[in-house]
Amino acid sequence: MTDRSEMFDRLKALIEPFNKKGVEVGETTTFAGDLEWDSLTVMDFVAEVEDSFDIIISMNLQAEIENVGQLVDAVTKLTAA
Amino acid sequence: MTDLFSKFDALIAQREGLLATGVKDPFSLVMEEVKSPTVAVVNGKETILLGTYNYMGMTFDDDVIAAGKQALDEFGAGTTGSRVLNGTFQGHKECEDALKEFYGMDHAMVFSTGYQANLGIISTIAGKGDYVILDIDSHASIYDGCKMGDAEIVAFRHNDVEALEKRLKRLPADAGKLVVLEGVYSMLGDVAPLKEMIRVSKEAGAMILVDEAHSMGFIGENGRGVAEEQGVLDDVDFVIGTFSKSVGTVGGFCVSNHPKFEIMRLVCRPYVFTASLPPAVVACSAASIRKLMHNGNKRAHLWENSRNLHQGLRDLGFKLGTPDAQSAIIAVIMPDLEKGAMMWAALLENGLYVNLARPPATPAGMTLLRCSLCAEHSSEQVADILSRFERAGKAVGII
Repeated sequence: MTDRSEMFDRLKALIEPFNKKGVEVGETTTFAGDLEWDSLTVMDFVAEVEDSFDIIISMNLQAEIENVGQLVDAVTKLTAA
Repeated sequence: MTDLFSKFDALIAQREGLLATGVKDPFSLVMEEVKSPTVAVVNGKETILLGTYNYMGMTFDDDVIAAGKQALDEFGAGTTGSRVLNGTFQGHKECEDALKEFYGMDHAMVFSTGYQANLGIISTIAGKGDYVILDIDSHASIYDGCKMGDAEIVAFRHNDVEALEKRLKRLPADAGKLVVLEGVYSMLGDVAPLKEMIRVSKEAGAMILVDEAHSMGFIGENGRGVAEEQGVLDDVDFVIGTFSKSVGTVGGFCVSNHPKFEIMRLVCRPYVFTASLPPAVVACSAASIRKLMHNGNKRAHLWENSRNLHQGLRDLGFKLGTPDAQSAIIAVIMPDLEKGAMMWAALLENGLYVNLARPPATPAGMTLLRCSLCAEHSSEQVADILSRFERAGKAVGII
């Protein structure tokens, strides 16, 4: 469980610079709905995550990620591989 | 019953809101008469055309029109068939021969539109387990080609060589990779650093597709596009292009030196499952492509027009999409959609047509007035265009 909360904290830290609305970020926070990110912000954020973890989050996978919890799962899986 | 149209409610509301401010609908304009590549009648008024992509002004070329009329007489109005059944006429072969000669390549495949060329080639060659790596600002036809195929799609920041290289290095070394680039990006009219991008892509073992829709006919020594201009055309595996810009007709194509390329005619669904171009269209296109091979003076004049418009608009105080004129597209950045629509309408009132481009077609949520120049615009017309921009810009309060 610590691994998961560590991952959550790392991703939350990456989200914050893009969190212009000052939304309280939790597992169920959605990128489009709660954070109100447009496609450009999403792209910048994805690039940040990709470069921080040295991974690729394909657009196919991005389409399945709607909230922070799903992102934590996806990045955990990608970094374990 | 759930109304399937409810998903469009936000867009409908936005559109109604815009029209309620009194501006004319920018997306339902009718060209009542077309007098030349640069002049049409709109709302009963003679209007200079500055948003047609008719870069080389071939739409009214005498030889092009004569070729089309002859084909119409000799081969009829349409083919009523697929290229792989009854829809390949002599004219289609001649058109493909003209393309092979124009690009100096071994294979050419003509599609019914440029959209279908991207849709077909990308979705067919990149399959399950392969990767398509594309610029985030790619044209809709490229995205749709990705969506139609089964490959994994990886996007990188616009024209960012380092971002491309990093992503290529993270992909499995033995996976099939297709890097999709454009020579000129049509929204801002900026040119890609193809030389560097192709180098890093080759190093990663990727195949390369370059869409040269907005550069054919006037960029590069022989008008083959940005890859030719930057000396890297030999490293491009597939060039995609269109007839609906410099060629002046409609249709799309892919040219390639890949030894197995001809198999595409059997496996590419947007090629197989649609009717081929009408005889007159392929005849006009072939005549136009052959003329575009020898067009040095027209190219030089188009560049002069583009540079003059860019300089003039900058001097007037407009904000432009590129620091200098990189192509025949000059994008004027508007403060927002409402002001953009007002400016668009004011220009039309002043007898000037440009494209109004808005999100999601535009990058970074921008509203643009996109101007595309023609080799047939006279220097006087360009001066006239600038004075109309000045009048409209002052009336709307943008400058």
